[in-house]
Amino acid sequence: MRRIKRSPHPFEHYLIELRGASRGELMEVAEALGLGLTPEEMEAIRDYYTLSNRPATDVELQTYDQTWSEHCYHKTFKGVIETPDGVVDGLLKTYIRRVVEELKPRWCLSVFEDNAGIIEFDEEYAIAVKVETHNHPSAIEPFGGAATGTGGVIRDVLGVWADPIACTDVLCFGPLDTPYEALPKGVKHPTYLFRGVVAGIGAYGNNMGIPTVNGAIYFEEGYIGNVVVYAGCVGILRKDEYVRAVKPGDWILLVGGRTGLDGIHGVTFASAELTEESEVVSRPAVQIPNPIEEEKLKRAIRAVAEQHLGSGITDLGGGGLSCAVCETARRYGLGAEVWLDRVPLKYPKMAPWEIWISESQERMLLAVPPQNLEGVLEIFHGEQTEATPIGRYREGGVVEVFHQGVRVAEIDLDSLFKPPRVRRRTTWRPPALEEPSFPMPRDLGEMLKRLLASPNISSREEVIRTYDHEVKGCTVVKPLHGWNAGPSDAAVLKPLRDSWRGLAVSCGLKPRYGRIDPYWMAASAIDEAVRNNVAVGGRRIALLDNFTWGNPEREDRLGALVYACRACYDVARAYGMPFISGKDSLYNESPLGPVTPTLLVTALGIVPDIRRVVTLDLKRAGDPLYIVGVTKPELGGSEYYRLMGFLGASVPKLKPGEAMGIYRRLIEAMDGGLVRACHDLSEGGLAVAAAEMAFTGGLGLEMDAAAVPREGELRLDLLLFSESNGRLLVEVSKGRGGEFEELMGDLPHARVGWVMEGDPLVIQREGEIVVNLPLGELLEAWKTPLGA
Amino acid sequence: MRRREIRVLILRAPGTNCDGETVRAFRDLGVGVDVLHTQRVFKERNLEEYDILVFPGGFSYGDYVRSGAIWAKECEYHIGRDLEHFIDQGKAVLGICNGFQLLVEAGFLPGFEGKARYPQVALANNTTGGYQCRWVHLRHVNRGGCLLTSSLPRDALLRIPVAHGEGRFLLPREVEREYLRRLYENDQLVLRYTKPDGSYAEGEYPHNPNGAYHDIAGICNPEGNVLGLMPHPERAYFGWQLPDWTRCEEPPRYGDGRLILESIVKYVERRF
Repeated sequence: MRRIKRSPHPFEHYLIELRGASRGELMEVAEALGLGLTPEEMEAIRDYYTLSNRPATDVELQTYDQTWSEHCYHKTFKGVIETPDGVVDGLLKTYIRRVVEELKPRWCLSVFEDNAGIIEFDEEYAIAVKVETHNHPSAIEPFGGAATGTGGVIRDVLGVWADPIACTDVLCFGPLDTPYEALPKGVKHPTYLFRGVVAGIGAYGNNMGIPTVNGAIYFEEGYIGNVVVYAGCVGILRKDEYVRAVKPGDWILLVGGRTGLDGIHGVTFASAELTEESEVVSRPAVQIPNPIEEEKLKRAIRAVAEQHLGSGITDLGGGGLSCAVCETARRYGLGAEVWLDRVPLKYPKMAPWEIWISESQERMLLAVPPQNLEGVLEIFHGEQTEATPIGRYREGGVVEVFHQGVRVAEIDLDSLFKPPRVRRRTTWRPPALEEPSFPMPRDLGEMLKRLLASPNISSREEVIRTYDHEVKGCTVVKPLHGWNAGPSDAAVLKPLRDSWRGLAVSCGLKPRYGRIDPYWMAASAIDEAVRNNVAVGGRRIALLDNFTWGNPEREDRLGALVYACRACYDVARAYGMPFISGKDSLYNESPLGPVTPTLLVTALGIVPDIRRVVTLDLKRAGDPLYIVGVTKPELGGSEYYRLMGFLGASVPKLKPGEAMGIYRRLIEAMDGGLVRACHDLSEGGLAVAAAEMAFTGGLGLEMDAAAVPREGELRLDLLLFSESNGRLLVEVSKGRGGEFEELMGDLPHARVGWVMEGDPLVIQREGEIVVNLPLGELLEAWKTPLGA
Repeated sequence: MRRREIRVLILRAPGTNCDGETVRAFRDLGVGVDVLHTQRVFKERNLEEYDILVFPGGFSYGDYVRSGAIWAKECEYHIGRDLEHFIDQGKAVLGICNGFQLLVEAGFLPGFEGKARYPQVALANNTTGGYQCRWVHLRHVNRGGCLLTSSLPRDALLRIPVAHGEGRFLLPREVEREYLRRLYENDQLVLRYTKPDGSYAEGEYPHNPNGAYHDIAGICNPEGNVLGLMPHPERAYFGWQLPDWTRCEEPPRYGDGRLILESIVKYVERRF
């Protein structure tokens, strides 16, 4: 191509003449270099080079491509959106970050600015947390994609100097019984993806010795073409270890694994739609995992943190060195010079631009003051991992990149971090849906068993057992509770040896509701995450948002996203719980259409004393069982409707004020020692939650459906399986029911039954027994293997 | 020897990841504990300073080749003689999970005639379900020959978790009977998997979580001072680590894992 000329140097390096280029020519350049930039962005770059009056280099253009990608810059969340209800000036600012800005909680130490969100744990320690998506790579290569997702999010936590103590994973697949004929070319079967992703997550977490303690697996048709993989990590650090004080003259240290050709253009790939060709074209964009390298890296970084030898740190993720160097230099108001020929390579003869943007795993960037360099190098040497000074920070907002003595890029950070703002429009119309009408099944016990066995409710034991969830010996409430391995609402960790303070980790996601209404889907996801946390005694809750959405350039997808974001603000603000970190993955489109719009909400709560923690298993015969919250005819998107073959329209809504009132009182009741067991009502509603409490504890239960507080007309099956938000079942210590009722006051609550010695689970209504099943049968149904 | 004079060395290699909780457990027992990178010990050759040596759980060097194999060869090469000397003096060696795999790969266990040149038994891939993280029931079947568990009553039932992908204890088929007989004659069997009622698991999953031959979960050398365990006592040390501790009105202060670690410490107290 006329505008691209190879430079005379003895390595691959190109000069690109953008001055005077037309839009068409610019896009030809973009295509030739494999850039994902839009015409508007290419024009902005051309204008910069016209003003600077020089040709661009390939290294420079690749830097713009990486930095301006949706993956790195979150253009959509930062852009201007015209909606039918007015202009939204940045979704992130307007809805997500605004909660923390308005609440200004003292305990939020760093939010939405660093690799991970940081909140206070106690006076001395802080908690760091991040949740990432790794959808695109997992669709191509499930094992490597999921494993590097976990590896990447662990590095995010290391990237604020924290010691990773727990992982989470939330996975969404197409139904495992999807017929092969239904798969378009290039789309892999859900069973293949499921096995690969689960193995990848387990392999990485287990090898690194970080327990995988919380998560979810969801099956839905909308995920056949777009598998969704969320990987999260929680870390702990002493507050004084959080150092960010890079000065001019500090060394730039590249540490950990070597740089190779894996993961080239990963962010560009992640910001595009999946096509039939993705397998062939984008396989090199998927990185290769090596958890043992990262284990060594972790030890060394923690040693540097404990000895306060570094002045800054960041993860090498999307965009590789290019993003890590430019972003850190920008953050500290500095520039930098980097010598690419010093970067240790997996094999020789990589072009400068490839070294600069490679996303090879298990690498991080450290800033080290000159006087500490020797000490830091010694630490890495002692852990048998490499650390190489590849450049220095310096004054001025320019990053210069050299290779074999030749300057291959001169990047002006002001221009790099001012991409043209995206301007998008939305329309969203509620889908035309109807509430189904069908006769009530005769045998509700049979329905209950079928629900327990359904893929979105049944036991995840076969997966969870392959994750080490107890390494480090700090998992106080495990994901599988007790000897019957019941489903815990949240995991609770005791991270410090000499403190009883605990951390509750929970999540919520309601993808199916999104097919009816994105606003209530998001509201329900937040409420579920919070409810799960409250169920074990968590409070002072912090939230994380992770959106997986379709192409935001299509107005309907973006319209739904705006509604979901709006719900995030409304509910989080009403709950007084800030979002502290988040990540979005857009462009999840395949030949089958967009992904089911999915919001994962992760919640982190504090349990002041783990000796007071509450679990879901029924504990003593003779105890009364209470329900809190109101049951409504809200079955749209429910598992019960799905089982009957419907979607429905009556999506569960939420009254945040009332729900939060209930949660506050419930926590008071727990602190007062009134609560013996507690379990959240979610998929499958009241009957499923009651069954889970009973078989986990190995104790029977007698329940009266007539006593359940309700609103509206509710047929018995709908009452038992409704998924209304804001509800929990609570076992109260015998003889203390009065105290509990007094505490709940006029908030909706009712005693619905009693814990019984041994079998069975009995549900009656006005004397008529409608469910009567031995616990063994319920447990067996619930333990139906996935894909059976 | 007084308890506070006892010194425990916990070795680690790249990929070792259970050193933290193992340190915490031993410290709670009131003994002195050091964790050292294996490279440092290769250089300093300072095993002599310690009374108890622990190879903790993890995935040393990624467990490539076979679990524990690379680290075992490395240890044999650099400190093989020192280890043999350490053991000959009657000092205590404990291998947990990956550590057990290492002791087998290095030929210290079962060690019918002292250290073997090649592994005599194997900890093979689990037959069921791949990697397994779960609590199991165990019976202490040793008759007193295992010096390190001699404080545990015979037939004591223990509840401790396992977490491994390669834990299936296996004897070479052609000498299976003979080796088992020798393990019995030398009193080298220490822990076997049982059902919750205390009867042997008889290979039944999930009670025997990996398909181990004869439900074997842990063995010692004929002299009784080298012990290898697939279960993780350090994860069953405190009462709040148990899977059902929230059911107890008064949760126990400690779990069954402590019995094993304390028994090792008691042995050193008595012996030296």
